[in-house]
Amino acid sequence: MKTQYILLIVVMVALFIAPFVISPSAEYSGADSAVEELISNQGYEPWFSPIWEPPSGEIESLLFALQASIGAIIIGYFVGFEKGKKAKK
Amino acid sequence: MHIMEGFLPHPWWEIWWMISIVIVAYGVYRLSKVTKKLPEAKPLLALMGAFIFVLSALKLPSVTGSCSHPTGSGLAAVIFGPVIASVLSMIALLFQALLLAHGGLTTLGANTFSMGIVGPVVAYLIWVVSRKARLPTSAGIFLAASLGDLFTYVTTSAQLALVFPTAAGFFDAFLKFGAIFAITQIPLAIGEGILAIFLFDFLAKYKGQLLATMKVISLPITAHEQEGKE
Repeated sequence: MKTQYILLIVVMVALFIAPFVISPSAEYSGADSAVEELISNQGYEPWFSPIWEPPSGEIESLLFALQASIGAIIIGYFVGFEKGKKAKK
Repeated sequence: MHIMEGFLPHPWWEIWWMISIVIVAYGVYRLSKVTKKLPEAKPLLALMGAFIFVLSALKLPSVTGSCSHPTGSGLAAVIFGPVIASVLSMIALLFQALLLAHGGLTTLGANTFSMGIVGPVVAYLIWVVSRKARLPTSAGIFLAASLGDLFTYVTTSAQLALVFPTAAGFFDAFLKFGAIFAITQIPLAIGEGILAIFLFDFLAKYKGQLLATMKVISLPITAHEQEGKE
């Protein structure tokens, strides 16, 4: 693998480890919900609620994983297909 | 960047819906034209949709001590143009609104506007400028993808500040929302830029001919040309 790629991967991994080093005791909740809270504190009541909500955190992470894996399968298929095609030639 | 279900009152949610639906409709039209003219671009389209799916599902930690997710829509905009990226983004957002209670149906218009329209337009413009300025391809892709990501969150902050200004006004609220959204997003945007480089490099190497036909890149002088032909 090219050196630049390795370097970029190192940078990326460092980027997502850094938060835990800088603020180990933070909550790491979603920025979305932080904003939601900020607005709710102003006294705003949402006028519509989701028609369906994942019944638990587990189900929610299941569906998030499903979303990511659908994408990952397609990317992996595409990359493998193109590489294989080139190798055949 | 998800504005939660019900958090945009009348008339705002209708306004964003109207703007987004017009652009997404145009995107669908462009999409059918591209796939008709260039059927071999279809797998690439699926790939771009998949990239958005993966990236918008990953909630990553940031230095601010909270989590957020990248968008992935910038790369789609570079390759297919911003309005097609709008369509792909809306599909991912709809999935999240229906199955994850993340974002919502009433706010789908506003969320499509930030992630599917402003982000991609910014990414596309930066890409075009970087080409004109003869920046290296990787630098152009990195800037396009990461700034498209960042501006998505800047847009969300502005959208919320319009509806929920503080006593000190719109700008004060914009900074407050921006402090949560945009600052958190900076390291994530850098990460997205790096991932976009990886995928684009692969495409330039294996699909160079197709990208050249789509006028994304001008034909490389390398030997990749022959095998790109199919």
